[in-house]
Amino acid sequence: MKFSESWLRTWVNPPLDRTAIAHALTMAGLEVEALEPVAPLFDRVVVGEVITAEKHPQADRLKLLTVDVGQGAPLQIVCGADNVTVGMKAPCALVGARLPGGLEIKAAKVRGVESLGMMCSEMELGLSESSEGLLVLAPEVSPGQNIRQWLDLDDYLFTLKLTPNRADCLSIQGVARELGAITHLPFVPLSVTPAAISGLTERRVEVLDDTACPHYLGRSLRLDHPETPTPEWMKRRLLRSGLRPKSVVVDVTNYVLLELGQPLHAFDEDRLQGHLHVRWAQPGETLILLNEQQVALQPDMLVIADQTGAIALAGVMGGQSTAVSPTSARIFLESAFFAPEAIAGRARRLALSSDSAYRFERGVDFSGTRLALERATNLLLEICGGEACSVVEVTGCLPQRLPVLVRPERVRRVLGLDLSDTVMAGLLEGLGLSLEKRADGFEVTPSSHRFDLAIEADFIEEIARLHGYDQIPAVPPPGHLMMLPSPEAVRSELDLAWQLVHRGYQEVVTYSFVDARDEAALSAQPSDVTLLNPIASQMSVMRSTLAVGLIKTLQTNLSRKQERIRIFEMGRCFARKGQGFDQYKTLGGLIYGTREPEQWGAAAAPSDFFDLKQDVELLLGNGYAQFTVAKHPALHPGRSAEVSLNGKSVGWLGELHPRVTAAYGFPKAPLLFELALQPLLARIVPRYRETSRFQPIRRDLAVLVADSIPAATVLEALQSAAVPGVSELALFDLYQGQGVADGKKSLAFRIVINDTERTLTEAEIESSVAALLHVLQSRFNAALR
Amino acid sequence: MILMQDLQSILDSALEALSAIDNPALLEEVKARYLGKSGLLTERLKGLGKLPAEERPAAGAEINRVKVAVETALQSRRDHIAAQQLDRQLAAQALDVSLPGRGSANGGLHPVTRTLARIRELFHSLGFDVADGPEIETDAYNFTALNIPQDHPARAMHDTFYLDASHVLRTHTSPMQVRYLETRKPPVKVIVPGRVYRCDSDMTHTPMFHQVEGLWVDEAVTFSGLKGVLIDFMRQFFEQDQLKARFRPSFFPFTEPSAEMDIGCVICAGKGCRVCSHTGWLEVLGCGMVHPNVFTPLGIDSERHVGFAFGMGVERLAMLRYGVNDLRLFFDNDLRFLEQFR
Repeated sequence: MKFSESWLRTWVNPPLDRTAIAHALTMAGLEVEALEPVAPLFDRVVVGEVITAEKHPQADRLKLLTVDVGQGAPLQIVCGADNVTVGMKAPCALVGARLPGGLEIKAAKVRGVESLGMMCSEMELGLSESSEGLLVLAPEVSPGQNIRQWLDLDDYLFTLKLTPNRADCLSIQGVARELGAITHLPFVPLSVTPAAISGLTERRVEVLDDTACPHYLGRSLRLDHPETPTPEWMKRRLLRSGLRPKSVVVDVTNYVLLELGQPLHAFDEDRLQGHLHVRWAQPGETLILLNEQQVALQPDMLVIADQTGAIALAGVMGGQSTAVSPTSARIFLESAFFAPEAIAGRARRLALSSDSAYRFERGVDFSGTRLALERATNLLLEICGGEACSVVEVTGCLPQRLPVLVRPERVRRVLGLDLSDTVMAGLLEGLGLSLEKRADGFEVTPSSHRFDLAIEADFIEEIARLHGYDQIPAVPPPGHLMMLPSPEAVRSELDLAWQLVHRGYQEVVTYSFVDARDEAALSAQPSDVTLLNPIASQMSVMRSTLAVGLIKTLQTNLSRKQERIRIFEMGRCFARKGQGFDQYKTLGGLIYGTREPEQWGAAAAPSDFFDLKQDVELLLGNGYAQFTVAKHPALHPGRSAEVSLNGKSVGWLGELHPRVTAAYGFPKAPLLFELALQPLLARIVPRYRETSRFQPIRRDLAVLVADSIPAATVLEALQSAAVPGVSELALFDLYQGQGVADGKKSLAFRIVINDTERTLTEAEIESSVAALLHVLQSRFNAALR
Repeated sequence: MILMQDLQSILDSALEALSAIDNPALLEEVKARYLGKSGLLTERLKGLGKLPAEERPAAGAEINRVKVAVETALQSRRDHIAAQQLDRQLAAQALDVSLPGRGSANGGLHPVTRTLARIRELFHSLGFDVADGPEIETDAYNFTALNIPQDHPARAMHDTFYLDASHVLRTHTSPMQVRYLETRKPPVKVIVPGRVYRCDSDMTHTPMFHQVEGLWVDEAVTFSGLKGVLIDFMRQFFEQDQLKARFRPSFFPFTEPSAEMDIGCVICAGKGCRVCSHTGWLEVLGCGMVHPNVFTPLGIDSERHVGFAFGMGVERLAMLRYGVNDLRLFFDNDLRFLEQFR
């Protein structure tokens, strides 16, 4: 909602400057988004009347004018505008004037001829972005008058950012009523004398759904001079509210819309056929709207129809076939109340922007329908002359306004504010609400223009708002001092993030919607979760894997000359699941480039699978982790693994497949991992085991086994043999090469033997080692090296 | 007396010889010369027998004194040489301690995560639980349960991404108010951090961003309490005890009364700058008292329990806190940007 200060002050004129008014409105919930002057600063610009206009002696395109500026002798001024005519009135900047943009007018010689001022266009005065020729002023203005006064340029524009509940303030009347309530000034409604009726409106109106259209008023009007230009004052108000003047009928309906908030529609009476119906659209019906858009009407769209079919989308926009033209002398003027439910959403569905629908779907004052019709009638007859016919009226089920009990005790409790009953009552009465005292409070009946007042809480807001939110003390509420649980067997997501951070990873946050092509390239199960209305085609599917975001981030940063990248992300991935969706939290990481940042003290070595694996192992915490060969279409088949934790698959890690690496144009293959987040959060609370007081004995065992046997299988076999006294078993060396036959590998295990009770004898130690060796020989056909 | 003079000169010459030695082998030679089997002092001791009996004790004591003095000097010289040797060795081992340490640097958290952690910690100190909810949300939870029926103009305030007729990407974290209260009875205190989505992308909007929803339902909850908690939060978050704050009436279908909270501009201290559009105020969150239409279907008695709820944009707070001037940087994931938050 945009309007000028001067217009507002004709309605209500509080003793406040405009900044104070803006602040008061904002703090009452009508946020003033902008407060700006209608014109930039300039001075010494007056009305000039062109007395003579001749060609400049030295320049074909310039004219030599004498201009009456109301004082002294007419001035000689050189002017280049094409639209100069003798007798015209236009702004004249006098010598000494300062124009917007800093131009200072001086007496000057233009091509050898003295010029004592400058005739101005709208653009030169900063009133528009562009203009052609001088600004032509109305003939009645006298030369010498200050242009700022004449055009009311010291006015200011208010722009309100209204919330959807305050449709009542979508008019100057509404804002004035509100400002009156805030500043404790009476609200004086517009008084309109109904026009004299000079005939019968013959057109009948039938409303087929009187809940959707509870009130319909219409009348025929005959205009004597429909081509009369719209008065300047009205055009100015329209322009200052952001509406472009068109023809007088359209301008008057728009003016009343802005003034009273009631949308009106004018039909060209001569283009209507038969009686009017307000009804729901029929299947297959179409309509060409005023904006030339052809719409396929849907059965939940309310229309105005004549004999030929739908001629207007009720409350949204008129149709082209019955639109008024600047010459229409006979019009049918409609002022109706359409229920918000009958209008809401329709304009949006048709991608229409309509001031009328905007108001109806939020709620228009259903008691103001007649006032608006009479106001528009009067304005049209005043401007164009003519005659008004009787009003056709259909009244149906108007919205109910039931009284609401407002309990001061409840108000005080919800607000935490000690406010007396009397003050509360006064605030509500200031809004023009009628109150009735009851034993436990007031019964308040909401007014017809307030669609947002229906329950007690709504009135609590009104009281708080008018009293001032700032007047309510800020005191944290008392609480129950209950300790929060702190489960030790659960790690937080942040714990995991920090763990990766301490291992050199930088967290990234990438969009959850990705390009389907990246999904196809990088996911084991490309996403089937597609947005119906993506913001861009490369953001159209919900990711099934974090790999997409990580790879794209790698790409971005490689293009910015980064060479070593370690990144991770935590977030949801998505898949369809039955009728619904699976949306699981996931942790993914990527490493690229050298193991360590380039530095003086360590040779640069490329990161490999086992660097990444260590990071993954640490994330798995103290659960039982396994890594097994598994196929992932985007990973190198020999350098990737499925990860399971406590027997359940939780994700994968590996080197990006050379084909995919090449497709993305990476010079080297990045390594990635992805793990389901939930299982990682579990951890085992420590349980003490006795440590031995006796010296541990270490024995190493190196064996040759077939290359195809995974080391972890061998180690697990040793561990599960549970040989007594063995407290630690670990692989400490892997060797292939000279001395080891092809197809074989040498595995060396560290065996630590220890007992918590006593020192073991040599025989016992040897027997333990023999038992382990036996496992290796029997299970893996191992040969001792 | 001759003996005495003789001994003194032996001592002097020994001390002098020792003081010039820097080498352990030479030191051993000196030791042999004075204290060896046929060393000067050994010879003198052997010669004691030739002295008259009455002179022997004094002479013996004197020889011993000199012998001890030589031995002491010898040991001290030996220590000195060892110490010198060690010094030379250590000097040879010296490092350029100004060289950087070996290994990898730490990474860092994303500024959004960092900000979320900060918000979480502040509310945790007041006993708020933390809950998490789905990002693909049903129309019912995202809108209807929050008092935003189909075709309500408030829906136009949310540019919604749709997956099908009944599923959307949540446009706010508020649906979790309902989900949380479905499984718990008041009193509750909870915050819900998470990703939200709006179909909007320009200089100041990204189609995905983060919110933190908050909800406190209890018998003694008031609008005054809402103000108290949120003003406190902003002051702690920005670490400005005197931070100004104001509440303006606003509209959210799921709260009544509703408010927008502004804080004094943390960039210009309220003097007026580009960030606050020269108003001195920054809009930082929306809040209000939970609407009875939200409580009633959940079986919560509005007469007994009062609730307040609030929702704040995390990127907005992060931008103000860390002076980031372009929202889009958060999702561009340029490491040169992210690494500033280590």
